[in-house]
Amino acid sequence: MKILVFIKQVPDTINVRIDPKTGNLDRTGLKGVINPFDNNALEAALKIKEETGAAITVVSMGPPQTEESLRIALAMGCDEAVILCAKELGGADTLATGYTLASAVKKIGDYDLLLFGRHAVDADTGQCGPIVAEFLNLPQITFATSIKVEENHVICERDFDDYIQKVKVKLPAVVTVCAEINEPRYPSPLGIMKAMKKPLITWTHEDMGCDTERIGKNGSPSIVREIFEPEHTQKDTIMFSGETDEIAKSIVDLLEQQHLI
Amino acid sequence: MLFDFTQEQLMIRDMVRDFTAKEVEPRDKWMDENGFDHELHKKLCDAGLMGVHLPEQYGGADGDAITSAIVIHELAKGSASTALFVDAHWLAADIILYHGTEKQKSKYLPMAAAGKIFAFGLTESSAGSDAAGIKSQAVKDGDTWVLNGGKAWITNSGVADVYIILAKTQPELGNKGISAFIVEEGTEGLKIGKKEDKMGMRGTCTTELSFDNIRLPASAMVGAENSGFKIAMMALDGARISVGAIAAGLAEHAMTIAKHYANERTTFGKPIAKHQGIMFKFADMAAHIEATTLMTYNVARMKAEGKRHTLEAAMAKLFGSEMCTKTCMECIQVLGGYGYSKEYHVERLARDAKLLEIGEGTSEILRMLIGATILAK
Repeated sequence: MKILVFIKQVPDTINVRIDPKTGNLDRTGLKGVINPFDNNALEAALKIKEETGAAITVVSMGPPQTEESLRIALAMGCDEAVILCAKELGGADTLATGYTLASAVKKIGDYDLLLFGRHAVDADTGQCGPIVAEFLNLPQITFATSIKVEENHVICERDFDDYIQKVKVKLPAVVTVCAEINEPRYPSPLGIMKAMKKPLITWTHEDMGCDTERIGKNGSPSIVREIFEPEHTQKDTIMFSGETDEIAKSIVDLLEQQHLI
Repeated sequence: MLFDFTQEQLMIRDMVRDFTAKEVEPRDKWMDENGFDHELHKKLCDAGLMGVHLPEQYGGADGDAITSAIVIHELAKGSASTALFVDAHWLAADIILYHGTEKQKSKYLPMAAAGKIFAFGLTESSAGSDAAGIKSQAVKDGDTWVLNGGKAWITNSGVADVYIILAKTQPELGNKGISAFIVEEGTEGLKIGKKEDKMGMRGTCTTELSFDNIRLPASAMVGAENSGFKIAMMALDGARISVGAIAAGLAEHAMTIAKHYANERTTFGKPIAKHQGIMFKFADMAAHIEATTLMTYNVARMKAEGKRHTLEAAMAKLFGSEMCTKTCMECIQVLGGYGYSKEYHVERLARDAKLLEIGEGTSEILRMLIGATILAK
């Protein structure tokens, strides 16, 4: 079985700023970490590997320092890594990113399960996994809170407010995972020592045969104009007092009066 | 730094730093109040941290002495108890690593790497600094050694799976008549005694041990007969690097807490960090922590290069441990009344620090060693 896990290196802080010239995230001086939900995707893959002996390729599109995150993924137990890196790939929105990742998958050729984290914490869109699934015409399960491989199917659970949905899909398929799915392992010191010797391949858009009009800024129909923290305005504050039951009743009464419930 | 860490060492450092922040530091107060944390021990095992320097063929990560120092240093920044636990485990396992037969290594080192806990038993109630004065004795009976006596102040005793016990095999030879033995937990005659109610490092388990006619096969002896004292002293050289690393990490932890406080607390119209009297304290603390860190990693490098490092390890422990106690006490002073409260952590760190001047070679013994060595040159 062959699993591809897609990870993104994101800044290790919320204090990021936008480069006013390019309109993109200014990542200079910030330490990059693996997007937390992608750590869950890696752990899901590694657990399947422990059960089935699957091979795992970890893939990431990003600048050269993305290699640090890929080495960590190798240290966790992935078998090989691919970095999609070229100046032309920069500035991509989710459509252009999805196209590039799908191109990498086509070049890899042989795969059964594609895993993503539910969304990247720097952009919050959650779109890349579904876009890749559509480009590759693969079935997709999003927001999985459990995953199991059975023969040539994947079975996942998805949490809703009042129920849990269980979905079974024939492989090959795309699955995006939530944090609830597992507790990611730390890369062990032995894993770190071995990671340096595992293959890490670099592909440009030319290696993947990408249409240059569909990658990077060229291929991005959406532009991030501005990212800002919304202003918090102080409105009327009502303090409730009394026992917990009394406070709860007062809150419910107030919300009903305001027709909010 | 005097040299660069390798890429692997940087990754290991970052991993341990992340692990410490998320898993270790939040538990340190609990350990101070409740003792050894078996759950944390399991996490250390799962993270592969129990056998970092052991050879890969025995389940370790093949890290060198610098890598080991990095792990201890980073753990100490969150919990000195946890760092000391790993230090004591490695001190004992190293005796088998450097002096064991292949059969002993093949049996015990994978256990150490997987996380079975090891403890080093030299000190007795009436023999600490005067290690040659130990009274535990092993007497030959055919193919078997019969061990009697006891130990005191043994870090990891009470939770250990394997003990390295030093005992007299030829008492008339003094320190030249001591041998090292492997004694597994559960061996008939091995009794775990009183658990010590310590001032600090309360996340480690420290008990008395007693040996009542413990019968050990000849294969339980580590190294040559009567070479135990030399074996122990060599092992302590390595452990003193760990103490330097603990001192540097613990002092930095205390200084970080004090720094946040100093930048927030205001007196006479400004943060106390802007008062020279407080600034000077931080200048001294920072310089001493830097010195300890550099000394420690330098000794680690010497060990990694296979160089003799007894003198330098002693210096790093002596300087670092005394620096650490002073730094932690100074941090209490910076926090004032809050420093005197258990709620603000620094008092716990100061209680932890004091042990570093005592265990694995008191400052007085180290001064004898260093002074005598320097004066003989």
